[in-house]
Amino acid sequence: MNLLLALISSVLFGTGVYMLLRRSLVKVIIGLALLSHAANLIIFTIGRNIKGKPAFIDKASSSITEPFADPLPQALILTAIVISFGAIAYAIVLYKRAYQITQTEDMDCLISTDEFKEEV
Amino acid sequence: MISNVISLPIILPLFFAILTIAFHSKSKKIIRTINLIGAISLLASSIWIIVLVYDYKILTLYVGSWLAPFGIALMADFLSSAMLLISSIIFFTTSIYSLNFIDEEREKLFYYPMLQILMMGVNGSFLTNDIFNLYVWYEVMLISSFVLISLGGTKEQFEGGIKYVTINLLASTFFLVSIAFIYGIYGSLNMTDIAFKVKSSDNDFLNYSISFLLLTSFGVKSALFPLFFWLPASYHVAPISISSIFAGLLTKVGVYSIIRVFTLIFNAKLDILFSTIILLSALTMLIGVFGAASQMDIRRILSFHIISQIGYMTIGLGILTQLSLAAAIFYVIHHIIVKTNLFYVAGIVDKLQNNFHLRKLGYIYKNHPMIGLLFLIPAFSLAGIPPLSGFWAKFLIIKSAFNANYYFYGSIALFVGILTLFSMIKIWNEAFWKKNSQALSEDYCLSLSYTQKFIILLPSIILAAITLLIGLFPDFFFKFADEASRQLLNQNFYFEKILGKL
Repeated sequence: MNLLLALISSVLFGTGVYMLLRRSLVKVIIGLALLSHAANLIIFTIGRNIKGKPAFIDKASSSITEPFADPLPQALILTAIVISFGAIAYAIVLYKRAYQITQTEDMDCLISTDEFKEEV
Repeated sequence: MISNVISLPIILPLFFAILTIAFHSKSKKIIRTINLIGAISLLASSIWIIVLVYDYKILTLYVGSWLAPFGIALMADFLSSAMLLISSIIFFTTSIYSLNFIDEEREKLFYYPMLQILMMGVNGSFLTNDIFNLYVWYEVMLISSFVLISLGGTKEQFEGGIKYVTINLLASTFFLVSIAFIYGIYGSLNMTDIAFKVKSSDNDFLNYSISFLLLTSFGVKSALFPLFFWLPASYHVAPISISSIFAGLLTKVGVYSIIRVFTLIFNAKLDILFSTIILLSALTMLIGVFGAASQMDIRRILSFHIISQIGYMTIGLGILTQLSLAAAIFYVIHHIIVKTNLFYVAGIVDKLQNNFHLRKLGYIYKNHPMIGLLFLIPAFSLAGIPPLSGFWAKFLIIKSAFNANYYFYGSIALFVGILTLFSMIKIWNEAFWKKNSQALSEDYCLSLSYTQKFIILLPSIILAAITLLIGLFPDFFFKFADEASRQLLNQNFYFEKILGKL
């Protein structure tokens, strides 16, 4: 299970980076989304996935018995999902407006702020 | 009980952000007043915190009374409280500056609420002692800065904004992944607790991997050498009041996180990490200053200088002696003030002659010697001319480098100082001294009353006064920085105060 999750997140990372390096704005967005999924999956994988052992203390005993599933990574992922959802939603709107205003979705054409201007 | 105070710098901006949104449809006078009240109360609360920290050495607040390794702990030590104070000074002056330098349309587009939220994120990242919480504050800061950079929606702003947004989201992903690794290996998110566990671990391979991942993500935010390309491409596109608060605060939050994480959690044991930081800082200094030398737009020259100055701060961390760390902290404090002030002056120059390009400017000194003086103070301070603050900051960095036998890097720092002076003199010559018939006739300021002129210059005057103050009484500020660096280097202090472990 862990191996599968690790493989999936590495594939997501690879495709995410590949998409991020494309020139089209749409593909960059897809790349960002894939990368955030990959990061969430890594948190999920890293926080001990143990089946059928929630982190509850039995009535009979006073302390929890190992091994148990860690509930915190889910909380982290939930936060991270919400944040990346917001950020990517904003990025989509920004890219769309940028496309409407600059009339291009080619990253290589969006270089005017980076150009060296000797004269105005 | 008294430590509840340290939640104020987070709560106040949130409160005033809501208030400015609530009164959004009212006249702009009301929104401006609310924003100014917010800025002043934030300033007051951070002065209060720094006074308390001076007595108590450290203030800790366990949010919701969940004790240290389990809940989120907020903490204000010397470094945090100094950063808080400086950033609220910058916020205060920017609020005054915005009265004249932000157009009405952008004010209507939630400019002030976004500034307040930005400050909430910045203050939160200075105060938190929980690494996931740091990520959340980063995101708060980033989202509002995304909005600010594209606010108004000109073509240029979108082009710069896309680069800024994309690279920062990528850096956040790296940060998240490194948090995942830290949690997976050490099972904790509280930075002090992680530090306690890292101390007893001998798995250098994993520690190196995590720390380089963290260095990459913080390096993007603070514009370290190979990761700085987004900064000169995007910082100058926003209106000047937004550019100046970005220039003052945002990269320095990255530097703060680098200092915090690489003194508290990953420290001297990882020597390859610190020699990498030194090497990267030297390259950052050089590339930044060379980049600036060729530019002709004031804002872009200043943006490149942000990069080169970041190198000075991180080299202080890389050397990692008490003196060098104190120098780095001193440098951060001095730099925030000076760099913001330079952007303010650039805005005033633009207001006079309606341009940022040096070829189009000229002759300002003749008609406005006061503005010339206000430019010279931060510019000379940036270049390190005594007796201004920059001289002491550079002196301390170079002295600590020489003391630790880093003669080569020390001399690079000296050399970069000369080139900084070159760029500053270039701006001076072109914008202030050069005779230029093309430059616009300056009837803009003739129509202004004396008070109006004063309010335009006031933020710049305040910051110039602070620069002079640091320059003339470096003793006090250095002692403070020294105390901060002693705290940072003494891990046991944090273990005792936050975790209660001796």
